[in-house]
Amino acid sequence: MFFMKIITVEHLKYKYPLSDKLALDDISFEIEQGEFIGIIGQNGAGKSTLCQALVGLVPNFYKGSYGGTVLVNGINVSKTEVSEVASHVGLVFQNPFNQITGSKLTVYEEVAFGLENLGLPVEEMKRRIDNVLNLLGLYEFRDKNPFDLSGGQMQRLAIAGIIAMQPEVIVLDEPTSQLDPQGSEEVFRVVQRLSEQGMTIVMAEHKMEKIAAYSDRVMLLHDGKLIDFDIPKKVFSREDIEEYGVITPVYTRICKNLDIKDENGFYPITIDEAHERLEKIL
Amino acid sequence: MSEIEVRNLHFSYTKGQEVLAGITLDLNLRPTAIIGQNGAGKTTFVKLLKGLLKPTEGDIFVKGYNTKEKSVAFLARYMGLVFQNPNDQIFKSKLIDEVMFGPLNIGQDEKTAKRNSLEALDLVGLRNRINENPYDLSLSDRKLVSIASILAMDTDIVVFDEPTIAQDYRGKEKIKDIIRYLKDKGKLVITIIHDMDFVAETFERVIVFNRGKVLLDGDTRFVYSYRDKLRTASLEQPYVMQLAQKLHIGTPLLTVDEFTDWFNKR
Ligand SMILES: Nc1ncnc2c1ncn2[C@@H]1O[C@H](COP(=O)(O)OP(=O)(O)OP(=O)(O)O)[C@@H](O)[C@H]1O
Ligand SMILES: Nc1ncnc2c1ncn2[C@@H]1O[C@H](COP(=O)(O)OP(=O)(O)OP(=O)(O)O)[C@@H](O)[C@H]1O
Ligand SMILES: [Mg+2]
Ligand SMILES: [Mg+2]
Repeated sequence: MFFMKIITVEHLKYKYPLSDKLALDDISFEIEQGEFIGIIGQNGAGKSTLCQALVGLVPNFYKGSYGGTVLVNGINVSKTEVSEVASHVGLVFQNPFNQITGSKLTVYEEVAFGLENLGLPVEEMKRRIDNVLNLLGLYEFRDKNPFDLSGGQMQRLAIAGIIAMQPEVIVLDEPTSQLDPQGSEEVFRVVQRLSEQGMTIVMAEHKMEKIAAYSDRVMLLHDGKLIDFDIPKKVFSREDIEEYGVITPVYTRICKNLDIKDENGFYPITIDEAHERLEKIL
Repeated sequence: MSEIEVRNLHFSYTKGQEVLAGITLDLNLRPTAIIGQNGAGKTTFVKLLKGLLKPTEGDIFVKGYNTKEKSVAFLARYMGLVFQNPNDQIFKSKLIDEVMFGPLNIGQDEKTAKRNSLEALDLVGLRNRINENPYDLSLSDRKLVSIASILAMDTDIVVFDEPTIAQDYRGKEKIKDIIRYLKDKGKLVITIIHDMDFVAETFERVIVFNRGKVLLDGDTRFVYSYRDKLRTASLEQPYVMQLAQKLHIGTPLLTVDEFTDWFNKR
């Protein structure tokens, strides 16, 4: 199989206006099509800033000083209209409230809004909207005003709106922070399925158990710098990981306390791996 | 008398569509978590406790006062509510003014309000940023500002609606500490939250909401032992408990520490 580089970031530096420190400090990496990438790091590490740089809101909306390049699907995002970038890369905002247009009266129209600029046939639009509303458990609320939804329902709507557009890349900034446990698990499953179908996923998240279980590679950010970018097992086995304000998955912490490693010297990171190791001992 | 008494509470936003369908419970001084699926009615419930919404049927007594008969301003002296979305709460352009607004509004004098606000900002770790504009802060910090604003009011009852949204590991630890601190001060803390492991580590009592009704209510360990019932409410057991069950460990272990101790002593 031929792996295509879909995202290439080179020497990305960025400073918000009026700020005197770099929010992103010389970041370079490549992502292949269909990968599921997790971004982790403590509050203020730069996760949201990087997410916004991948869709061009940094620097085109926030302004500020910018250096380096971000190429997504061949597009140089900082030099392209945000609306043009949006048809290739979708962003689910950290605060779903900020994603709602405010101009649409129903959940259904809210999802339709994003699709209107794509020039789709009406039947295809309807099919996609029904599909995402079902996928995110919102179908029964399709006629409701988006602002009358519960917090978690609104977050589901923000995700639905982006998935419906079927961009090549979806960037999600803590998309499950207000979802109930099963809803959160479902979103990870849905997104993983999309990545298996070739969509590229980049997700900032504090839920380490989920990142460990679902992502192909993990980016560890700290103070605007890229500290590590590797398979989750390696990143979560770093002895210095807590110095970056990141806690490892529950399963890793248990195994670490009990000094249980695999033959490669890595700690188990998922329930299945921890189970396998512990079962042998018990 | 309990701090809060809820009797046969019903509520609907739209006629004929009940969001809360008959809730009766007492809330006393044990730190209590309310969990349940999205749309279960948790936020609606706490807005009713606060008097922001009024029951369509049934009664709520806060410190003995019926919320139907008292104004929101009156009830605010007894209960503070940290909103799910900080944007719904924050409206001043300077951090210290934002935090002092609540205490001043419920009648604290300038000096007391200032002292309480600074102490609250200390607790959330934002004391050195009192001159900043809350709108320029990140979501995680804005959430902490909204928490400080309520702590500064020094009410007997404190309600948090999803306080850990956007918080990293340290932020969550900070919030755990605040909840314990409030408990030690003899306050009633009620928290709506989706993080099952946080609940396991922090709360004594758990109430499960499901489609406008109470599905389970009791000690944390007791509630979390009902795996199948939790599933019907879109919930899960804490991760540690899931692992213990998978290993057929008979003891219901809730936290990493409990698991480690159990393992070392077995
Ligand atoms: N609009 C803004 N103006 C000025 N500085 C900002 C702005 N947004 C973020 N920053 C700063 O940039 C740095 C990176 O912030 P960012 O929001 O990207 O972090 P994060 O990793 O997403 O954090 P969190 O986990 O809290 O969401 C922080 O120092 C933050 O204070
Ligand atoms: N202002 C409103 N008008 C009409 N319906 C509303 C309004 N606010 C909430 N609802 C509906 O009432 C139900 C309960 O909402 P509520 O916000 O109480 O849920 P919740 O348990 O807090 O959910 P979440 O975990 O998603 O925050 C939901 O189905 C929601 O759509
Ligand atoms: Mg962020
Ligand atoms: Mg809610």
